Amino acid sequence: MYDVLIIGCGITGAAAAFMLSKYRLKVGILERENDVAQGATKANSAILHAGYDPEPGTLMAKLNVRGTALAGELCDRLDVPCRRCGSMVLAFSRQEEKTLGELLRRGEENGVPELRMLSGDEARVLEPALSPEVTAALLAPTAAICSPWELCLALAQTAVKNGAELFLETEVTGLSREAEGWKVSTNRGIYRSRFVVNAAGVNAGDIHDMAASRSFTMVPSRGEYYLLDKCEGSRISHVLFQCPNENGKGVLVSPTVHGNLIVGPSADPVAGNNTANTASGMAFVRETALRSVPSIDFRQSIRNFAGVRARTDRQDFVIGFPPDAPGFLDLAGICSPGLSASVAIGEYAVELLGGAGLPLAEKSDFVCERRRIRFKELSAAQKAALIEKDPAYGRVVCRCETVTEGEILACFRTPIPPRSVDGVKRRVNTGMGRCQGGFCGPRVVELLSRELGVSPGEILQDRDGTRLLMCRTKGAAEDV
Amino acid sequence: MYDLIVVGGGPAGLAAALAAWEKGLRKVLIVERDRELGGILNQCIHNGFGLHHFKEELTGPEYAGRFISMVRSTGVEIRLDTMVLEVTRDKKVRMVGKLTGYREEQAKTIILAMGCRERTRGAIAIPGTRPAGVFTAGAAQRYVNMEGWLPGKRVVILGSGDIGLIMARRMTLEGAKVLACVEVMPYSGGLNRNIVQCLQDFDIPLYLSHTVTEIRGEKRVEQVVVSRVDEKRRPIPGTEMVFDCDTLLLSVGLIPENELTRQAGIAIDPRTNGPMVYENMEVSVPGIFACGNVCHVHDLVDNVSAESLRAGEAAAEYVRNGDRAGQTLTVKNGPGVSYTVPQKIRREGVKKNCGIYFRVNRVCRDSEILVTSGETLIAKYNRSHLAPGEMEHIVLPGVLLNKAEGEISLSVREA
Repeated sequence: MYDVLIIGCGITGAAAAFMLSKYRLKVGILERENDVAQGATKANSAILHAGYDPEPGTLMAKLNVRGTALAGELCDRLDVPCRRCGSMVLAFSRQEEKTLGELLRRGEENGVPELRMLSGDEARVLEPALSPEVTAALLAPTAAICSPWELCLALAQTAVKNGAELFLETEVTGLSREAEGWKVSTNRGIYRSRFVVNAAGVNAGDIHDMAASRSFTMVPSRGEYYLLDKCEGSRISHVLFQCPNENGKGVLVSPTVHGNLIVGPSADPVAGNNTANTASGMAFVRETALRSVPSIDFRQSIRNFAGVRARTDRQDFVIGFPPDAPGFLDLAGICSPGLSASVAIGEYAVELLGGAGLPLAEKSDFVCERRRIRFKELSAAQKAALIEKDPAYGRVVCRCETVTEGEILACFRTPIPPRSVDGVKRRVNTGMGRCQGGFCGPRVVELLSRELGVSPGEILQDRDGTRLLMCRTKGAAEDV
Repeated sequence: MYDLIVVGGGPAGLAAALAAWEKGLRKVLIVERDRELGGILNQCIHNGFGLHHFKEELTGPEYAGRFISMVRSTGVEIRLDTMVLEVTRDKKVRMVGKLTGYREEQAKTIILAMGCRERTRGAIAIPGTRPAGVFTAGAAQRYVNMEGWLPGKRVVILGSGDIGLIMARRMTLEGAKVLACVEVMPYSGGLNRNIVQCLQDFDIPLYLSHTVTEIRGEKRVEQVVVSRVDEKRRPIPGTEMVFDCDTLLLSVGLIPENELTRQAGIAIDPRTNGPMVYENMEVSVPGIFACGNVCHVHDLVDNVSAESLRAGEAAAEYVRNGDRAGQTLTVKNGPGVSYTVPQKIRREGVKKNCGIYFRVNRVCRDSEILVTSGETLIAKYNRSHLAPGEMEHIVLPGVLLNKAEGEISLSVREA
C-alpha cells in the first residue's frame, strides 16, 4: 500500500514526487513511457516566465511567480542549466503598447519584481538585433531559461534517491475507490494507494474520468518550433515575446541554455498528443519570428519539433480534489506557464494532500543535491586531471557538443538510467548538435548495447517500438 | 615544437602530411579523432576511387590504405582516438585522448583537414512526425558497412547526392527494397556515373523536381509523401505520391566542418562554408592551411588528394621561408559560377600554373568558361557539359595573371 501514487512523470509529476520525498511516505510514480519527461516537458519553450501574463488571483498567477523563484534555486542545488536572462514583450503599435501597460499592471499585482517599460530605442540598446518596427517593450529581468527535461530528470532522480519508486512503461488502465484508498490497475498489475495524484499531462482528462465524473475537457494545442545552430545562439540575449493574444503568448525568440536559438511556438488545436510538424505551422513560426528579429537565419535550422499543451476548457490550472473522488488529486491543465509553476505546483500538492489527511513527517536524511560532469565546461587543468583519473573522459563521442564516453557511462550509474538513444541525449546532450547524431549515433548505440546487455538490434531511438536497426547484413550474422 | 600539426587523418590529412614530409619537414603530427586513419573512406567500400591519382580503380578502404602505408613508412607521428578541442592563431593545438590525456602542442604550421558533415532533416524542415527510421545516408552507410546492421528494408531516398546514390545500390544489394530516389532540383546532385550504376542498373526510379512533403508513422516510419515542386521548389498540391516504407535516407548536402576554424577567427567564405584560401591553400591566418572537404565539398577523393598534397608542400615552404607577401588578386564569381577555390591568388605564389576548382549553378551544354579581369579576357576554356553536381577545374598559366588588375572573374557562357 502506497501513501501516494503519482500518475505521470513529466515536470509536474516529478515536482510532486520531489516534494513528497521530503516526508516519511511511501511514494510511487507510474509512467507509461520508458523515460521521464516524455510529453510536453521535453517539447516546450524552456522558459521560466516572470509571471506578468496570468490574470491576478488565478492559480496560474500565484504558482508562476513562486514557481519561477523556486525553480531557479533548485536548478542551482540540482545542477540544472538555468540562466536568468530576462525577457521582453515587444509592442509594434499604439494598441500593443496599451497591452504592455496591462501586462505591467498585472505583473505588479502578481508580485513580479523589477518590471520596467522601455521605449523602442531603449529596447534596441539592450537587443541590437530587434526590429526597427518595435515601438516599446516590457522588460522582465526575472525571466529565465532552463533545460526543462534536465529539471524534470533532476527532480525525479532526487525523489528516487530519497526513496520514491519509479515504474516506467507502466500505463494506468483503471482506477477504483476502495475502503482504504485507491486501486490502480496497470498493464503491469495492480497498485494500491491512499492517495492518487493525476499528473498525466495531455492524458489527464482520461485519468480524471477513470476516477471521477467529468468536470473539465482537454483542449490540446500543438506548438511547433525551430531550433537553430549555435552560430545563431548569440544573436539575442533576452527572451523576446510578442504581445499575447487569444492563442497564447505568441511566437518567441530565445537563446537556450545549450547555446542555440529557439523560435516558436505556433498554436493549433489537435486531437490528443499529435506532435507532428506541419508546413503551415513551420511557415507561421518563421514569418512571425522575423517580425521580432528580422536577421534570424533559418538556414541554420538543426531541428524542428512540436509539443502539445495540456490545455483544458478552463482558463486556469485544474488543481484539487474532485468532490466525488476523495483522495484523488488532479494536477491537470498544466499548460503555460506550467514549467515555470511546476515546482510550486508540487509544493501546493503537498499542502493539499496534507490538508486531506496525509501525515507529513519530515525526513531527517533528505538529500537534495545532484552533480554531473560537463567535460566541455571544465578548465584545461580540470580536464587533464579528470582524464588522468578516468581515461573514458578523454574520448569525445559527440563532436558537436563535446560529450565524452565518461559522461555517457556515468549517466548509466544515475538513479534513472537511460533506455534509449534519446534517453542518453536528454542526460548528456549527445546528438543535440548540428549533426543531430549522425556521427555519434552508432557510438551511442554501441555503448547502450554494452551497458544494457542487449544486441544493437534491440536499441531504441526513443519510445518503446522505435528500434533503429532491422537486421544483420549478409554475412555479418555469423559473427554475432 | 612541431613543424606541422595536421588536424584530421582522413584522405586530406594523410596526403598533406605525406607531402610535407617529402618536402623535408621532420616533426609532423597527425591528430585523428577516430580509432583508425582513413576517415570516411573506411565506410566507402564501393569502388571508383583512385582513377586519377593511382590510375586504377580502388575501393575506399584500399585508397585510404595506400596513403596510410605511405604515411606509416615515414616518421610522421600519429595520434589516434584524439580529438582537437581548439586551434589558436598562434598555432597552439589543444587536444584530448583516452590514452594521451589532455595535451597542448605548439606548431610552426597547422593544416586543417576535418572534413565535412551531412545536412540533416532539421536543415530542410521536412514536415511530419519524428519516428525512428530517418537517417542521413552516411550514418546508414556506417551501420551497414562497418557495424553490420541494416537500418531498413523498404527505403525512400531524399536527395541525389553521391552518398544517397551509393546507398540506394548498397541497400538493394543487402536485400532492401529501394522504392525511389527523390531530388528537389531538376537535375541530380551526384555524379552521372552513379546515377547509371546505382539507380538505373537496379531499376530504381529517380524523381527529379520532387521532394518529401510529409513523414508519417508514430514509432517507426510508415509512409512518406512525395510531391512535385514548381520552379521555385514549392510543392504543387495534388501531385502527392504515398510510399509505404520503413526508412527515409537523406542525402541532402554536405557542410564543411569548420567549428575549429571559426573558433580561431579564420575568415569563412559563405559560398563554400569553408575557410577562404589563397592559391597555396593558406587561410586568412598566415601559416595555417586547409584542404579537402573542410575547405569545399569534393566529389572525388582524387581531387582531395591533389589539393592536400599542395597544402602539405605549402606548409613545408612556410616553415622554410615564412610569410608569403605580395600582390593579391580576388577571384570573383561571374554569371553561372557558384564558388571558386582558391578565392584569392597571390601572384608571387604562382609558380607555373594556378589551378582553380569551381562549381556552376546550373546544368549547361557546350559552354565557354571565361576568365576576365575588368573588360579584359584572360583565358577561355570549352566544356561540352557542366553540372552543379560535378566539380570543375581549370589550370590558369601563371603568365596570364600578369594581365589581371585587382581581381579576376570566372563565368560561364552557354552557346
